[in-house]
Parts: sequence; C-alpha cells; structure tokens
Amino acid sequence: MFARRREPWTDRQASWRLGAVASLVLLTIVLMVGFVAVRAWPTLQANGWVSWLGSGGSVDRQLGDMIKTGQDPPTAAYHLRAWPLIYGTILTTAVSVLVGLAFSLFSAIFIVEFAPARVRAVVVPAVRLLAAVPSVIYGLIGILVLAPFVGNHLISPGRKDSVQNVVQLDGTGVLVAIVVLTVMITPIMIAIVVDALRAIPPAWTEGASALGANRWEAIWTVSVRAARPAIVAAAVLACARALGEAVALSMVSGSRGFSPNPVDGITYIFEPIRPLAASMVENVDAINAPAVKSSIYAFALLLLLSSLVLSIGGYVAKLPMRRQGLRV
Amino acid sequence: MAATIEAPAPVAPAPHQRPAPRGDRLSSWKWSHRLAFLTCWACGIALCAVTLAIVVYMGVRGIQYLNPELLFTRPTPGLQQHTTGGILDPIMGTVILTIIGIAIAVPLAVTSAVWLVEYGKPAPLARAVESGIEVVAGTPDIVIAIFGLAIFQLPILAPLSFTASGGGVFGRSFLAAGAMMSLIALPMVFGATREGLMSIPTHVREASWALGKTRICTIRTILLPQVRANVATGAALGMGRIVGDTAVVVVLLGATLQLEPQGDVPILGNLRGTGSTLTSYVYGASPAGEGNAPQKAYAAAFVLLLIVLTLNFAVDYLGRRKETR
Repeated sequence: MFARRREPWTDRQASWRLGAVASLVLLTIVLMVGFVAVRAWPTLQANGWVSWLGSGGSVDRQLGDMIKTGQDPPTAAYHLRAWPLIYGTILTTAVSVLVGLAFSLFSAIFIVEFAPARVRAVVVPAVRLLAAVPSVIYGLIGILVLAPFVGNHLISPGRKDSVQNVVQLDGTGVLVAIVVLTVMITPIMIAIVVDALRAIPPAWTEGASALGANRWEAIWTVSVRAARPAIVAAAVLACARALGEAVALSMVSGSRGFSPNPVDGITYIFEPIRPLAASMVENVDAINAPAVKSSIYAFALLLLLSSLVLSIGGYVAKLPMRRQGLRV
Repeated sequence: MAATIEAPAPVAPAPHQRPAPRGDRLSSWKWSHRLAFLTCWACGIALCAVTLAIVVYMGVRGIQYLNPELLFTRPTPGLQQHTTGGILDPIMGTVILTIIGIAIAVPLAVTSAVWLVEYGKPAPLARAVESGIEVVAGTPDIVIAIFGLAIFQLPILAPLSFTASGGGVFGRSFLAAGAMMSLIALPMVFGATREGLMSIPTHVREASWALGKTRICTIRTILLPQVRANVATGAALGMGRIVGDTAVVVVLLGATLQLEPQGDVPILGNLRGTGSTLTSYVYGASPAGEGNAPQKAYAAAFVLLLIVLTLNFAVDYLGRRKETR
C-alpha cells in the first residue's frame, strides 16, 4: 500500500504521460502554422500565392487604405504588393550575416586559439553579455546615438536636399539598421563557431603541426575546415534570428516601405527601409481591420516558413560534423 | 583556483588550450598569416570595446536620469517629459510576466527533457520533439506573438483576456503574453536540462535500477535532484529572454502605460488585464514611439540592463558552482 503511494506511476504510465507532455511542443507548431495560414488565407487568395511578394505601388499606402475598408472588405481591398518590405528584410539580413560571419569567425579563432587565459576570461563573458542585451536597448542606442551621428555628420545637407522630394534622410536607414543588426547577431554566431572549434580533436591539429604547418596553417586548414559545417549552420541560424528581429529594426530602419535603389550611389546606404517583422509590430494597432489583419498574418506566414526552413537547414548543415562523431 | 607547482600535469590538455608547436614563432610566419593573427586580436578587442561602450554608455545615461522617485511613481500619459511620471508599472509588469512565463515553461521543458533522455520511445516521436523544440527556438518572437493573438482571440478563451465593453475579444492580457513568453523561454530550459541529464553517467542509473527502483522512481529521487543547477541555469537564461522581449509585449500585453485590471477580482483581474513592461516602455518612450521621452527611456533601459546583467551573473555563478563540485 505504501509502495504504491510512494511511487504512484508504473514505468509504462510514466513513459506515455511524459511523452504526451513533450508532444505538446509538436502540437504547438502545428497549431502555429495552421492558425497563421488560416488567417493569412484571404490575402493569399485575393492576391495570388506569389504575386503579393512582387512590387507595385506604395506598400505603406496599400496598408493605410486597408484600415479604411471597414469590417467586411471586398476582395479588392486586400490588394497588397509587399516587395519593399521583403527587399528590406533580405537586404538587412544578408549584409549583416555576411559581415557578422567574417567577424565572428576571426573572433571565435581568437577565443579558442590565441587568447591568453586572462583575456579569454574577459572576452567570453563579453560575448555572452552582448548576446543577452535586449534588442530594444540596441534599438535605443541606434536611434538616440548612431542615427543622429549619421544624420548630422555623414549625410551632407546637399545629399538630403537631392532626395527630399522622395524620402527624408534623417540618419535612420539601411546603414544604421545593418550596423545594429550585425552587433545583435554576431554573438550568436560566435557561440556556435566557438563550440565547433572546441570540438575538433587536438590530435587533428597536432597532426598538421607534425607535418610542419605553423599554428595558423594548422588552424586554418584543419580546424576551420573541419568546422565548416558549423560555420554554415551559424550563418543559417543567424539568418533566422535576423529575419525575425522586429523591434530594434522598427526603431532604426527609418520605417518606410521604401526600396532603395543601388543606382543612387552612396545615398543608397542612408535611405529608409522597413523589414517585414518591423512592419508587423507597427501595424498591429490596426489589426481590427480584417484586411490589415490578414496581411499581417501573411507576413507572419512568410517569416514562419522561412525560419522553419532555416532551422531545418541549420540542423542539416551540422550533420557532416555529427557523422564524424563531433558533438556540436 | 591557481594550479600549484606540485600538481601533476594534466594528461591531455583541455582542447582549447593547445600549446604552440615548438619553434613556431610569429616571426617565422608569412605576412599573410601574421595579418590573420592580427585580425583575430583586433576582432577580440573590438568585441570587448563594443560591449564596454554599450555598458558604460547605458550606465552613465542611467545614473544621470534615474532617481529613486522615478522607480516608485506610476507612469502617466503626458506631453512634457517631466509630467510622464515614473516606471513603477513597467517594472511590476516585467516581474509579473517573467513569473508567469517561467512558471509555465519550466515544468513543460523539464518534463520534455526527462522524457526525451530517459525514455525517448518511440524514437521517431522523440526526434520530432527534439527538432520541434529547435524550430520553436528559431521562430521569430513576433510570429509567436501574432500566433498568440490568434489563439487568445478565440471566443472560448475570452475569459483569459481583456474584453472591450462591446464584447469584442482583444486577446490581450498578462496570461496571454505569459503563455507565449513561456514558448520563448522553453528551448533554453529544455537545452540546459537535457545537457545536465546527459552528463550524468549511466552507471548512476544502473545502480538505482539494480536496487529494484523503477525508471520513474530513479528520475524523481536520483536524477532530478542532480540536475537542479542545470534547470536553474536554464531558467535564468529563459528569464533573460523573457525580460528582454519586446514584440510579445507590444502585441499581446497591449502595452498600456499602467496596469489595467479587467474585472474587480484583485489578482486575477490584473492577470486578465493589460499592462506594460520595461521593454515596451523603452520602445514607447523612444523617438520611435509616441512618448518621445528619451531620458525616461534611458532610465528604464538602464534598469532593464541591470536585470539582464544580474541574470547573466546568476548563470555564470551557477555554471561555476557546478564546475567546482
């Protein structure tokens, strides 16, 4: 009798009960895709599956018009061409991941191979801290420090005047958005690459040294090469993070559904943009209008599917290292 | 923990402390290799510099604009910066939301991790759960927030959230935001717990089974007490993520300046009501929001950074204590 009270579950019961709780995660993901897809349906149907990703007209005006269309909008009210937002997302993500990747590779090599123990004791907590700083603080620094600096010192009045009929250059824009985003995602990549470099067995680099390679050659041709899958995985996972960054980018990106044209030369990097995630945060106040709501869920569906693909991509990218018995 | 001279040299050096091959001096390197070496140092120093700059700048601004009065007065809407009151409500909002989020996340994450490591059958389901949690970890917080809005706007769940006088369900409340925050903290707690469980040697379990204990009894009496520090680490990491998240708050908590209870039951009303947190306060008070009160934003961001730093130190402390044991 007491034995039963002390241990009320048999193993079989415990196994499936705990398993049921664990499976809730899967249920959540299915619900997430399902709910978001159902809510996005009107927009997808009204615009066609792919053509709403294209360009045409001002996306800000389209979203603004949707608010006025009332509670039971006609199909025409769902008209949306979201290319500027997608362009902004791709631009910020791609550039900041590329810049961050080079930076984090060298930083990771520094942390694992070159830093003396005392320096490492400073750098490692610094990276962890950078990863822990909330995005809104990065956004605040971006909008109160970086953007005024760029606006006052890097953009000449002549440059501002040259485009004043199209956009206002006040400092927030492509450049500041990319800088802030790079600082935000670099610590994530450093952590992954550091783990991978540490997982390389010392015997491998020692073998290179025995063949006469100097330290850098051993690191570059053996460690980094063996860790290549993890470096790809780091880039992929950082992409997922950068895609979904909403609040900081909404603060520093200039927040206009505008697609800068590289033909503009230097002006290009000062022009405002607005990524998808930032558009969702900013339009959420108007979510009671069905057309806006459906558009926001369409953005969410796009982000959700991309991050799903990227998560799986990051997992697949690491497989070659796992196959070699390295724990990454 | 300085190593004494008498201590025997470790058999194999830790993998990240590889000695340089003998005779390998920087002066014998090619120029391109020296340049790469310098780049590595430059990157490391730049990292420290950026971190230091952020912390020092926020610290200076915070001390400049933060005063005790600000911490203990409630915020009020106002046009001038000196009429907008303090940040008491956002601080309380942060605390409430973190407690709700972590209270939901820890049991779920620990249960999942235990099941995955100790039972893990059927194997395909286990692998699906594992990658499912990775997917949740990679999902943008704004998507999680907007999903939460879809869920909590269902009429069935109306009692859990703020309802307009006309009967429209807004789906915004501390409960809704907390539930979605738990999804953001879950992967952290799960990862830490799983690491802890996997680092317990198998013979510990086998000894317990040999004494006639069932697996679940072993889990309860032997394994869970041992991974307590890991769970705490994961919880601290998860709390850091919850404290720092803005998108969920803006979308699901309503980001109203004050805590606005729904109904007149004291605690339940607050949980069903809307409010704000430090993150949404900073967002609102920055030039990007309506408030445009940069001094208040700096002060709130400083408090936020202090909380995050404290959690960070807690993670460090827990990790170090485990290492020394």
